[in-house]
Amino acid sequence: MMSPGAVAQTCDHRAANGEGEHRVGHYVPHTDDELSAMLAFCGLESLDDLYAHIPDAVRLVGGLDMVDGLAETDVMARLRAMAGRNSAAAEDLVSFAGFGAYDHELPTAVPALMMRSEFVTSYTPYQPELSQGVLQALFEYQTMVASLFGLEIANASLYDGASAAVEGLNLAAAATKRTTVWVSEGIHPNVREVIRTLTGPRLDVRIAPVLNGITAWPDDLEEPAALLVGYPNALGCLEDVPAAAQVAHDAGALLVAYADPVAAGVLRSVGSQGADVAVGEGQPFGTPLGLGGPYLGLFACRQASWVRRWLPGRLVGETVDNQDRRSYVLTLSTREQHIRRETASSNVCTNQTLIAVAAAIHLSWLGPDGLRELATRCVRGAHYARKQLFRIPGVEPSVSSRTLYEFPLRLERPVPDVLDRLAEEGYLGGVDLTPDYPDLGNTMLVAVTETRTRDQIDGFSAALEKALA
Amino acid sequence: MSGRTPPETSAPEILRGPSGGRATSAPVAGDGTEPSIFELSVAGRRAWSFGATDVPEVDLTSAVGAEHLADAPPMLPEVSERDLVAHMTRLSSRNYSVDHGAYPLGSCTMKYNPKLCDTATTLPGFAAAHPAQPTDQIQGWMELLVGLEDFLCSVTGMHAATLQPAAGAAGELTGLLLMRAWHSARGRQRSKVLIPDSAHGTNPASVTLGGFDVVEVPSDARGLVDLDALRDLVDDDVAGLMLTNPNTLGLFERDIREIAAVLHDAGSLLYYDGANLNAILGVVRPGDMGFDIVHLNLHKTFAVPHGGGGPGAGPVAVSERLAPFLPGPRPEFDAQSGRFEWATPECSIGRVHGWHGNALALARSYAYILANGGDGLRRVADAAVLNARYLQERLRDVFDFPYDEPCMHEFVASAASLKSDCDVRAMDVAKRFIDEGFHPPTMYFPLIVDEALMVEPTETESPQTVEAMAVAFRRIVEEANDDGGAAARSAPRSTPVGRVDEVAAAKKLRLRWTPDDDPGNPTHSKE
Repeated sequence: MMSPGAVAQTCDHRAANGEGEHRVGHYVPHTDDELSAMLAFCGLESLDDLYAHIPDAVRLVGGLDMVDGLAETDVMARLRAMAGRNSAAAEDLVSFAGFGAYDHELPTAVPALMMRSEFVTSYTPYQPELSQGVLQALFEYQTMVASLFGLEIANASLYDGASAAVEGLNLAAAATKRTTVWVSEGIHPNVREVIRTLTGPRLDVRIAPVLNGITAWPDDLEEPAALLVGYPNALGCLEDVPAAAQVAHDAGALLVAYADPVAAGVLRSVGSQGADVAVGEGQPFGTPLGLGGPYLGLFACRQASWVRRWLPGRLVGETVDNQDRRSYVLTLSTREQHIRRETASSNVCTNQTLIAVAAAIHLSWLGPDGLRELATRCVRGAHYARKQLFRIPGVEPSVSSRTLYEFPLRLERPVPDVLDRLAEEGYLGGVDLTPDYPDLGNTMLVAVTETRTRDQIDGFSAALEKALA
Repeated sequence: MSGRTPPETSAPEILRGPSGGRATSAPVAGDGTEPSIFELSVAGRRAWSFGATDVPEVDLTSAVGAEHLADAPPMLPEVSERDLVAHMTRLSSRNYSVDHGAYPLGSCTMKYNPKLCDTATTLPGFAAAHPAQPTDQIQGWMELLVGLEDFLCSVTGMHAATLQPAAGAAGELTGLLLMRAWHSARGRQRSKVLIPDSAHGTNPASVTLGGFDVVEVPSDARGLVDLDALRDLVDDDVAGLMLTNPNTLGLFERDIREIAAVLHDAGSLLYYDGANLNAILGVVRPGDMGFDIVHLNLHKTFAVPHGGGGPGAGPVAVSERLAPFLPGPRPEFDAQSGRFEWATPECSIGRVHGWHGNALALARSYAYILANGGDGLRRVADAAVLNARYLQERLRDVFDFPYDEPCMHEFVASAASLKSDCDVRAMDVAKRFIDEGFHPPTMYFPLIVDEALMVEPTETESPQTVEAMAVAFRRIVEEANDDGGAAARSAPRSTPVGRVDEVAAAKKLRLRWTPDDDPGNPTHSKE
């Protein structure tokens, strides 16, 4: 744990520093002689002459009010010190926190391949002849995401689960030419807030309440464009997706399912249960927790007439080159902002390609049986944890609906106090749901992934009992 | 064309050495196509393993419920780790990147991404932090975020920032929602947002999503905002103007003070699209030019690698009067407790990201800024502008330059003459440039230039590399004059595939792999 003094010393980023030797612009290769030669060629005398046409009134006088550059070792020393002031969930604590961000094992092949400069330092594949690698990897990613959700089409990624949900609702609004969308209260509160913020000027967002962890869709939906339901939802509960699909379709709306891709290892696909669009958070595949980003917005939908015009995001298609060889290329760009401008299907440009490639590698490493085993181990751990935790006096289930590998517990004491006590014992106990779901009382959401051992679950159970005593 | 024709020998001697940024030596083994990972799949083969566990087993049907339990897991490839790693490595070698060589893709700022910044993101204290951890467990992270906000405000001359937007377009929408909230708080919403005709496509798309109507502002003969036309367009229904400066022609909008005055006098706001901030680091600041809202592309100016199309980061910085509307929660240092806490501004528009933004990408930029410092960032701008200016001078006699203002970090050349003289289009020049060992420039953008080639060398390319690119462009034009453009039109020849049939791709959509005998597979229906 950090000491308060350490913060005070370093929080003033403008303080002059004496560490290391002064190195200016490590990444600018020009020597003085080269600068002179280039300037002379351009008919200029000094670097300042490059900006002679910029009015003096707006020029910055005296340079940036910032510290001078540091040598590489000094930068790393600073960052290590900062990193050391975190008690990171998956490193320094035994974590039972989930709520949309999960601590899964990362196969070593993923970070190893993610070092490939060719994936890391290329641009969006606008020049297909130079970008077949990323294009093919994305095509394979699209195939896997479509398969996870039991749908026919997946795009090449969006920013995160929240942005994918926003785009799913935008797509539904465009496809149905309607503006009212119903979002289940079981959708993660942050996702709901992002939806409200980003669609606010255009869509009327209504919230359908959850009762005992399951969404109660109102009788009068007032010509909705879409219903958005979680599977499992943010409380960990397994919603009735076919029923939601029925309600949506009866009202002429699309069903958008916010689906957990790990759970897809054991659950029936949302596509097979009637969802028209599936969105979700792809972080569990290939991406560390990283304080919440960069993550991966999963997006898939069924084949329909609105796809060509309104599908959001990049899309890779298979085609042939001028010698009839199998090739890949970004396609249906006539939907996109650089062609269609103000009538584009979305404003998305840069997305999360590298994370999508990491996810494709992780999913290929797992294969169908590995994914099934991963999901089964999460279910197994949660099943055991539920049994152990609900034995503790002062702990009871917040809902009685069926949960999968994440579940809410109602505690006798306020959750922040309990989390503090658990942290002292080396556990990140879960996430406090009380502010977002006050009706559930003092509720803590606990997630169990395949990384948790029986000993850790037993230890956590003992620590929780102690914290509540 | 300017008429000034520097002879080929006029390049300074010092620049004529071998180039470190040319990739003609990149090895390629074989000329086959790479099979799909699904074609490498063999039922029952596996790469996965999980450790021994003593957690009691469960019966899935009772634990999951028969109505929820799938009969079988989703279709995924079944491959060995060796085949997976080989496949992905071969795919990677079918991809050009900044680490191969120069990537003068205009408006994208494809500079070298220091390895230092990669390493920073692997520190477990950063990488393993859960986004919902209590604040006392993530003080180091919050210190970094506050430090980065502080740096970005110094660079832009703004008052406060949000780090939540995940990319430039997300930053644009955030900025437009701030604009909306500002006018709404002043009692009357406005319906129009002005955008120059040279703007990036994301600008108008974001304006629509922000609930505004787009009104286009024409450029004048200089390639700058037509000030008279702007005056005619601005009224009390204009929420603001989105402007890139330097603009997408690589030209500095020198009337910026007058532009700001026109907008502000009408109660409108001025929005800075930070796509081209690299050109003015330490030289001019958006805040000092009168901008109210600024978005930054950390994957351009601040060296976050582009990842083949993300992840990037698109923070938004604002002037003091807009700070109360920023998305929350924001990290704040509380001097009294000596701790960092999350706080949501009083009139916040709300979250624009599921958590706190692309945090690990933000850490990369923080490391980059620390390494450069204020002095180093200024040198970035100097070298970026000088490289572009030099290259433009070297190409003055071989391309058209419809807007002949001094360029900043990039310039837009036109291949219009080449097209009329030898039927070689901007596309052909770009494809032929690949065979010279470089990534092509941006083509056909901005839309106001015919046969546009938008070239941005960036500051990290050595003078020898810039000169090598000049020689390559000249060679392409000379060759076209000699052979009538035959070589350019058949380029590229050095790549794993030749020119790709984009029309067929869009017409006969194939968006996922299916077995050959699948009815959904167009190859199957091809007789």
